[in-house]
Amino acid sequence: MAGELPTTEFDDIPEELLDELEALAHERTEGHVNMVQLLDEDGRFLNRSHFAERAASLSVDELRALYRDMAMIRRFDAEATALQRQGQLSLWVPVRGQEAAQIGSGRATLPQDYIFPTYREHGVALTRGVELGELLRQFRGVSNGGWDPKENNFHLYTLVLAAQVPHAVGYAMGLQRDASRAAAAGRELPEPAATIAYFGDGASSEGDVHESMVFAASFKAPVVFFCQNNQWAISVPTQVQSRIPLHNRAKGYGFPGLRVDGNDVLAVRAVTEWALERARSGKGPVLIEAYTYRQGAHTTADDPTKYRLTAEEESWLAKDPITRFEKFLRAEGHADEAFFAEVAAEAEALAAKSRRDVLAFEAPSLAAEMQNVYAERHPLVEEELAWHLEYEAGFADADAGADANADTDAAEGGR
Amino acid sequence: MPTMTLAKAINAGLRDALAADEMVMLMGEDIGSLGGVYRVTEGLKAEFGEDRVVDSPLAESGIVGTSIGLSLRGYRPVGEIQFDGFVFPGFNQITTQLAKLHARSRGQLTVPVTIRIPYGGGIGSVEHHSESPEALFAHTAGLRILTPSNPHDGYWMTRQAIECEDPVILFEPKRRYWLKGEVDLEDPGTSADPFRAHIVREGSDATVVAYGPLVPVALAAAEAAAEDGRSVEVVDLRSLSPIDFETVTASVRKTGRLVVAHEAPTFGGLGGEIAARVSERAFLSLEAPVIRVGGFHMPYPVSKVEGQYLPDIDRILEALDRAFAY
Repeated sequence: MAGELPTTEFDDIPEELLDELEALAHERTEGHVNMVQLLDEDGRFLNRSHFAERAASLSVDELRALYRDMAMIRRFDAEATALQRQGQLSLWVPVRGQEAAQIGSGRATLPQDYIFPTYREHGVALTRGVELGELLRQFRGVSNGGWDPKENNFHLYTLVLAAQVPHAVGYAMGLQRDASRAAAAGRELPEPAATIAYFGDGASSEGDVHESMVFAASFKAPVVFFCQNNQWAISVPTQVQSRIPLHNRAKGYGFPGLRVDGNDVLAVRAVTEWALERARSGKGPVLIEAYTYRQGAHTTADDPTKYRLTAEEESWLAKDPITRFEKFLRAEGHADEAFFAEVAAEAEALAAKSRRDVLAFEAPSLAAEMQNVYAERHPLVEEELAWHLEYEAGFADADAGADANADTDAAEGGR
Repeated sequence: MPTMTLAKAINAGLRDALAADEMVMLMGEDIGSLGGVYRVTEGLKAEFGEDRVVDSPLAESGIVGTSIGLSLRGYRPVGEIQFDGFVFPGFNQITTQLAKLHARSRGQLTVPVTIRIPYGGGIGSVEHHSESPEALFAHTAGLRILTPSNPHDGYWMTRQAIECEDPVILFEPKRRYWLKGEVDLEDPGTSADPFRAHIVREGSDATVVAYGPLVPVALAAAEAAAEDGRSVEVVDLRSLSPIDFETVTASVRKTGRLVVAHEAPTFGGLGGEIAARVSERAFLSLEAPVIRVGGFHMPYPVSKVEGQYLPDIDRILEALDRAFAY
């Protein structure tokens, strides 16, 4: 009888998956097992990975666009950091150093894919066509979002670590269902789509990431888990989150995981494109660990000099994603001085526009915020809103009366 | 009009919701072939398939979190949490995400997720299987909370929760799953608005407000009080968020006395909220302070002594005596 029951030994792991895992295990770079790299630190193209073909097929315009995106987001990020220092933003989450991980992965997505960011995905937002100034609303304190998530399939930032990861899996399960319902009804199948869940090395310790991977594997959901391992969860190094390379965790859930040089925009783009195609074709999830480095602080509230060494920062500066890609473009003759000057000017204009946008943001009224707590009418909210409006109106009366004793009037005008 | 148990009525509600809208789907632990530990989802997997009635991994945060994602894609997921005390691994997703996404997005996103939670004690179970955590959720803006006390409401609240554009937590009084009653499957009647309280017994001398598992207890207490010549009105709250204070206050204005009874611990519970609001709204109508009857400030006790912990007829009568002493 026992022989007829489903085995717990997973005898039925498909050959294809085993082959994929095997192939990935042969990617080696710089002493990292399983790390895909297509550009070395000097920007030389490395043709030793089976992902190289994807990068080689990019047009010069596409290559230049990758550079442009990275340069734009770096300048925007610097401006936002300055705005915070000047007291115009209550907080900022710098992305400096992670531009390749974000631009490379974002540019690998298709419009029908849906992106679930954490709170640092400014570069991904750019690739999805989100107006960058909108990202500053949350940090200016005038919104908890700032853009329409459905317009660019780019979800709102999520500040609770890893909470967006199961949402990405659920959405992916929804995409699966859309296809199966269409098939059952004899309707035209929707365009294949996938989701990407972004999270960091710190968030990888959260239970939600584990539960998400269990759900994704069990239901073969079309989701790509994109972990940016920037080495530090605020002040705590990756080694405290995981004693093995993070991408190795995927194998335990039964889907491929691989590490990509997160400072190599070509490698990130190629690997993410592969993972998304795989997910869209119904083969299930992939975990990508983008091995990168946060050059600045976790947020403008912390001070990296208290927890990490200058030597480490310098060693990573040598791997800077933008400098490396610039070297590549120059060496290959894909871009000249005029191109870089043009991008720099464009980035300055973006920074100036972002600053203007921030200063022009208007705070919503509390009343307007109250009106969006529920989708349907809610008597408690209505009652409290009415009280609030009446109370505020009491102050207006007092002001209009030009009474020296305005406080008393206001109190009487209240409840 | 068919007569059925509360469990069967909720089952019928789920079945009809699944049949009415292909975007409705159920997800939870053991809800498929087993039909749920209380058999509330019995037969639904066989009827609608494993894609509509999903046996999920054993992961409460995953159930709520993926339900949110599914709802963002247009689905109407109904997640089952197996027992009250096991909702806490999913608490973060419910309170920080499910409750807030509509507000955070300024109304651009809606998350019509229903979370079903069997709750309350009185079934002789082991720890974490008898709790009443409703106040923890009622305190969170963005959620709606319903709790049926009878099969008719069980059927209709299930349908109404699933149809609601807001996230709804449906607290199902597990010790009343086997309570039988008539269910009008065609017409909700006075249950058409799930957020209205019901006066389930008219009276003129005092009001007892109760909900979920304690409604039959409150009715029995009112019956007993009548033998002493006291006319007690009983209000079944039905919705715990929002609370229908109009009905409660109108009743107190009529009777002048209020006792609120729930199984959850008294301290920080909904009884305190009701007492405070009624005091603000109808202070001059009150002949006595509002008196609360509830659980003690302790973890839910071992089942051999839960009879002393749970509000019963005598505890409610004692509270009424105190109210009448003023």
